[in-house]
Amino acid sequence: MKHLLSTEDLSLANAIRILDTAEEMAAVGDREVKKLPALRGRTVVNLFFEDSTRTRISFEAAAKRLSADVINFAAKGSSVSKGESLKDTAQTLAAMGADAVVIRHWASGAPHRLAATDWIDAAVINAGDGTHEHPTQALLDAFTMRRHWSQLAGSASTGADLKGMRVAIAGDVLHSRVARSNVWLLRTLGAEITLVAPPTLLPIGVEHWPCKVSYDMDDTLAQGVDAVMMLRVQGERMNASFFPSTREYSRRWGFDDNRLRALDSLGLKDTIIMHPGPMNRGLEISSAAADSPRSTVLAQVRNGVSVRMATLYLLLSGDTREPAATAGAARNHSTKESN
Amino acid sequence: MAENNGTYLIRGASILGAGAEDLLISAGIIAARGAAAATHPDVDGAAVIEAAGLVALPGMVDVHTHLREPGREDAETVETGTRAAALGGFTAVHAMANSNPVADTAGVVEQVHSLGRAAGWVDVRPVGAVTVGLAGEQLAELGAMADSRAQVRMFSDDGICVHDPVLMRRALEYVKAFDGVVAQHAQEPRLTAGAQMNEGAVSAVLGLTGWPAVAEESIIARDVLLAQHVDSRLHVCHVSTAGSVEIIRWAKERGINVTAEVTPHHLLLTDDLVRSYNPVYKVNPPLRTDADVQALRAGLADGTIDVVGTDHAPHPSEHKECEWAQAAMGMTGLETALSVVQHTMIETGLMTWADFARVTSTAAALIGRVADQGRPLDAGEPANIVLVDPAARWTVDPAKMATMGRNSPFAGLELPGKVVATFYKGHPTVLDGQLNTPYREPSAAGAS
Repeated sequence: MKHLLSTEDLSLANAIRILDTAEEMAAVGDREVKKLPALRGRTVVNLFFEDSTRTRISFEAAAKRLSADVINFAAKGSSVSKGESLKDTAQTLAAMGADAVVIRHWASGAPHRLAATDWIDAAVINAGDGTHEHPTQALLDAFTMRRHWSQLAGSASTGADLKGMRVAIAGDVLHSRVARSNVWLLRTLGAEITLVAPPTLLPIGVEHWPCKVSYDMDDTLAQGVDAVMMLRVQGERMNASFFPSTREYSRRWGFDDNRLRALDSLGLKDTIIMHPGPMNRGLEISSAAADSPRSTVLAQVRNGVSVRMATLYLLLSGDTREPAATAGAARNHSTKESN
Repeated sequence: MAENNGTYLIRGASILGAGAEDLLISAGIIAARGAAAATHPDVDGAAVIEAAGLVALPGMVDVHTHLREPGREDAETVETGTRAAALGGFTAVHAMANSNPVADTAGVVEQVHSLGRAAGWVDVRPVGAVTVGLAGEQLAELGAMADSRAQVRMFSDDGICVHDPVLMRRALEYVKAFDGVVAQHAQEPRLTAGAQMNEGAVSAVLGLTGWPAVAEESIIARDVLLAQHVDSRLHVCHVSTAGSVEIIRWAKERGINVTAEVTPHHLLLTDDLVRSYNPVYKVNPPLRTDADVQALRAGLADGTIDVVGTDHAPHPSEHKECEWAQAAMGMTGLETALSVVQHTMIETGLMTWADFARVTSTAAALIGRVADQGRPLDAGEPANIVLVDPAARWTVDPAKMATMGRNSPFAGLELPGKVVATFYKGHPTVLDGQLNTPYREPSAAGAS
């Protein structure tokens, strides 16, 4: 593994390796001195073309706990017309000796461009690109689910997968990089996924995805579910006819108090409620649901630092070998001509 | 090749892929064909081109080229673009109107026309804009462009769809006055706001905003009905979907006067390539699916699609060395068109070289009303001829091309077919696969 660009091409062995390493990193966070010397003298650049304080400080905390030097580069507003190109920015960072670039970009595929070109030789970590992927978010979600799932099974998290876990991902799948990364990763880990959304917020082509699709939240809950992940509804969708009104959205697809009670009446006592944040309370999730004991929202944030430490450590510590078991098992996207 | 008095004896070329015959070129025309060539009085002193194994075809006519001049001379000029055209086997190109200033007045089309004549590599036929500034609000002075020295017959806002149905109707009606044609870039704008690639299985995974097939097909359906209603001539640029082929087939069966074009890249490439996020594959309309590719090939073979148009769209490298969403749309195509069409249509057994001549020359000249192009290779006809070595194989290297654009999606591919010589008005613009010299008007020393 040289880069972390997507979960679509992340092998099971590499996914497990990141999650297991994150378990070790989590132990560091419980210590009085929350720091390891592993990446001393290495430089990590947080290159953010889009505001995201939460993700940026999570990566910053992760890098600092590993003793790396961290440079924050907020390139928001930069565009070809107004300022420096991605190519020039990348070459500038390369000239400064960046060992890893954590990139958040509004354009889908921007991290792939950094990794595929000779603009920069550093390890590239995708911290969210457009409506494509957000792999570390999916990894921290999987980490959170795996701890829960292993605890229920009475076994250790390390080495485990998510076989048999039923996960509902609900909301704006069309524009969600979190949903995409989770579908691929959770499927690789063996979970059974159902996407729940209004038809307008599902991409054309979703029928090819390795998951079920439902337009009915209540029906999905009634069929039994072990984790419900609510996606944020972006403000700009609200007046673009994806749904008639926020109240109707909330009634049909939000996780409201009635659905929170329904989990109890359906006997789903161990079902967790997840949200990548930031939440629109009262829209896609009610306050009661967000604050209930079922909610893993804060655990997800905490686990985010561990997963990002693990990612930085594995990409920068020099061990870039593929695990023997599944090396080459990642999906192969050939660029050959098609006839 | 020795200097000579402008006579060339092409010996033993396979005419349109049929039997080997001689062609004698003299004074800009085909003086003789077959056995008569050897005994023709002009044959003495003619430069001999041994053409055994080569296919002789009418010079290719591109209905869809972006030469970028005036305004974007950093991307291409009439000089560089027409050099590329000659090397690609073309003897005429239609220069699209989206220059800066837009070719929406007699002045601009005459400028492009003169630049073409001064360059001398091919016949440059300016396309006039349908609407002022391509803004889609009011008709440009179509009549003035038609009456100008450029004698514009094709009008297009290419790059932008004439989406207002009333304006489209009026344009179709108005061009009847001078036997013009409206070439539509079929793209419903509201359905394609922010569109980045074909909408389907791949866009769903990549998180790139989709350009649905229905946005093309709905405009084509509307326009063929408008063309029928006002009894005018419609040309559909760069058809890219299987559904569009069906609609055009339906329209032709009803006798509607519609013609259609397909690009070489839509005959070969699919949206799977976008998985690389490499903007060299970004084009409008976008690369579609394999099912679309197969339907386009079938449509071209059965005549539903009339012509191949390159949509040659050079861009400076900085417009492609960036994020996908930031990148410009378009691909170069003049120097690869022949090979891609041979690869996709002839080597697959879908077409013969005679069909090739129809879709790359004869039908194209007819759509653009280009006199002296797309003619049979017979005695007395203008000597616009290309000689092709169909057995050659070459690997596409954009750095070696004559176009200023390096944005070829075929880079690295091995393709069949090589242009050995191109004759434009009897003059070899390309010889031995290399640029020779441009054609010069016999009387005038400089450009008009």
